[in-house]
Amino acid sequence: MDFLNAIVALLNFVIVPGLAYGAQLALGALGVTLIYGILRFSNFAHGDTMAFGTMATILATWGLQAAGFTFGWLPTALIALPVGIAVTALLLLGTDRLVYRFYRKRKAAPVILVIVSMGVMFIMNGIVRFIIGVEDINFADGARFVISAGDFKDMTGLDEGLAIKSTQAITLITAAIAVALLFWFLNRTRTGKSMRAFSDNEDLALLSGINPERVVAVTWIIVAALATTAGVLYGLDKSFKAFTYFQLLLPIFAAAIVGGLGNPLGAIAGGFVIAFSEVTVTYAWKKVLVYVMPEDLEPTGLVQLLSTDYKFAVSFAILIIVLLFKPTGLFKGQSV
Amino acid sequence: MSPAVKNTLLFAAMAGLIVITGLMQGWNLALTIVNMGLISAIMALGVNLQWGFAGLFNIGIMGFVALGGLGAVLISMPPTTDAWAAGGLRILTGLAFGAATIVAAVLVQMRMAKGRARNLATLLVLVIGFFLYRAVFDPAVMAVEAVTPAATGYLGGLNLPVLLSWPVGGLLAAGAAWVIGKTALGLRSDYLAIATLGIAEIIIAVLKNEDWLSRGVKNVIGVPRPVAYEIDLQADTDFIAGAAGFGLDPVTASTLYVKLSYGVLFTLVLIALLWLAQMALKSPWGRMMRAIRDNEVAAEAMGKDVKGRHLQIFILGSAICGIAGAMMTTLDGQLTPGTYQPLRFTFLIWVMVIVGGSGNNFGAVLGGMLIWWLWVMVEPMGLWIMSVITSGMADDSWLKAHLADSAAHMRLLTMGVILLLVLRFSPRGLIPER
Repeated sequence: MDFLNAIVALLNFVIVPGLAYGAQLALGALGVTLIYGILRFSNFAHGDTMAFGTMATILATWGLQAAGFTFGWLPTALIALPVGIAVTALLLLGTDRLVYRFYRKRKAAPVILVIVSMGVMFIMNGIVRFIIGVEDINFADGARFVISAGDFKDMTGLDEGLAIKSTQAITLITAAIAVALLFWFLNRTRTGKSMRAFSDNEDLALLSGINPERVVAVTWIIVAALATTAGVLYGLDKSFKAFTYFQLLLPIFAAAIVGGLGNPLGAIAGGFVIAFSEVTVTYAWKKVLVYVMPEDLEPTGLVQLLSTDYKFAVSFAILIIVLLFKPTGLFKGQSV
Repeated sequence: MSPAVKNTLLFAAMAGLIVITGLMQGWNLALTIVNMGLISAIMALGVNLQWGFAGLFNIGIMGFVALGGLGAVLISMPPTTDAWAAGGLRILTGLAFGAATIVAAVLVQMRMAKGRARNLATLLVLVIGFFLYRAVFDPAVMAVEAVTPAATGYLGGLNLPVLLSWPVGGLLAAGAAWVIGKTALGLRSDYLAIATLGIAEIIIAVLKNEDWLSRGVKNVIGVPRPVAYEIDLQADTDFIAGAAGFGLDPVTASTLYVKLSYGVLFTLVLIALLWLAQMALKSPWGRMMRAIRDNEVAAEAMGKDVKGRHLQIFILGSAICGIAGAMMTTLDGQLTPGTYQPLRFTFLIWVMVIVGGSGNNFGAVLGGMLIWWLWVMVEPMGLWIMSVITSGMADDSWLKAHLADSAAHMRLLTMGVILLLVLRFSPRGLIPER
């Protein structure tokens, strides 16, 4: 019985939140990795792209709510998501046309494009703050829990409850659908194949008649979809705040690099690696340990390895370890 | 127009902007902008050393600036004797344990033969070391932080003159830069960027959470000054008489005097650093740096130690940012870890360097002053523009209220637009590299 309690506590505080956070990071890292693969630079504006997409979705959600639309027990934001994606795609295509294309044509060094993306980051951050402000915004509606802790306890008679928030379930399902669609697109469709060809060998792809501008445009649209979905899922699960999204940049990049930049499969794995290490290192293990340790060995402290404020340090440490020992990432990424 | 004339004109125009600000909005504001502008110019000088000379992409400036600020606290604040008695030595022992663990792990990695045994041994050393460190460290921290937490609750500093903290702040930043450089400099440029971004966040997290060291978000206030206090000046009869000679009342005169004294100190530091940077740029060392930047492979083929030189300049540039950080904390008179934000302390400095002209020290200085002036001025300008736009709207319209509230966010937008415009139309900046 104690052992079951320990497992439930572990599920409730580590596995379920880790899975949801990992899925959000994976979606974000996929966007970063795609841009790196096709456009060959690290996009520092990605966190703010997520913020912009989420903002567009929130505005659409408010519009729907004002018009009296809701989505039953699901959050209204899910219906608004396509609107958010469309607006973000337009913004990214516009940015590409106005900003990035110029440097692409001149074959500017990647580091110049990184600095340019810094400028774009400033502007997007400014736009988001300008339109929606800097406060915390909670836009989740619908049912709060799939299973609440109390119900679970009644059902099983255990001391520990297992709460699964509906936003966590939605995150996993939506992320799974998005990833499935992405891989179907990359592996099965003509455009997807041309994208992979372009990423593997630009010159060969150009020789075989692939239109680079089309590949780039499709990439930006996919990135808009991924970034907006990631941002909305994160926002539903926690809350929306422009600055938090900027800070997500670090774990997202860590995930993409740990998995191997330019490798979509690696980005997903990296997302979960980063998420689980953040959660396990900053979790106070006392609650689990009291069930499995014999009584006289029970810990007195919280058994928390690091305080939650150091979660950045965790993604950073993993990043450094991977870079030192396996510079191309866990899955083979591009090493330009 | 020769470059010298053009540059003189550019600096004269910058001075003109300050004078106009002084005439229109008061000299107190103008001097405040100048002082912070001088500090920004020093930070830009440090970044220019790394980016302009060596092409290193460091976006962790915020961390080095904050470390400099910590230097100011550790040097100039009075020590908290009760806290030292409660657990000061034990904290130091704990830290020594932590450092010893890392050294031991590195030694194991270096000495043992590659294989599973080595990995296991490293892991074992790290895990045991970590728990030992926490066992020694944690109780001491609790004891120190319990000593009058409302007023101190930290170990305090060394009670030395605050001016000494400027070089010490630089040393702290240099130490951090050495650690980062050792691990991340061999990697690709974007990896170095991410690594520095990460380390900056970690440094801020440490300052925010390690209350025994920096009082965390409770802030350290009342850092001693290297210049006179307004109160003392206002009580000084000679000073009042002198101020009357300029036709100023004692209160205004004293605030202006304090700001001017800071300005003089900062200018001296800036000139010294600028002279050193110029000498370095002209020396064989500077030429070698630029050769490495332009073609690493060729420079390596000529027998230059690329990695070593990169480490050197990375440390130097970071140290300059640390000095500027210590100066900023001295100017503010307080260390507030909660206010360090990457957009303000990292990316804004980058805008300064790019706009001023990467690779040119004078460009960095001009960029630092100009962009700081804009950063301060954009907000009132934004308010003014908004009031013009909204003047035709009804007073109770929600759009009018929203636009007026949002004027404060114009800053980021403007900086982004400026950065993109300069990169596109004048990528070498206002004062290009020669």
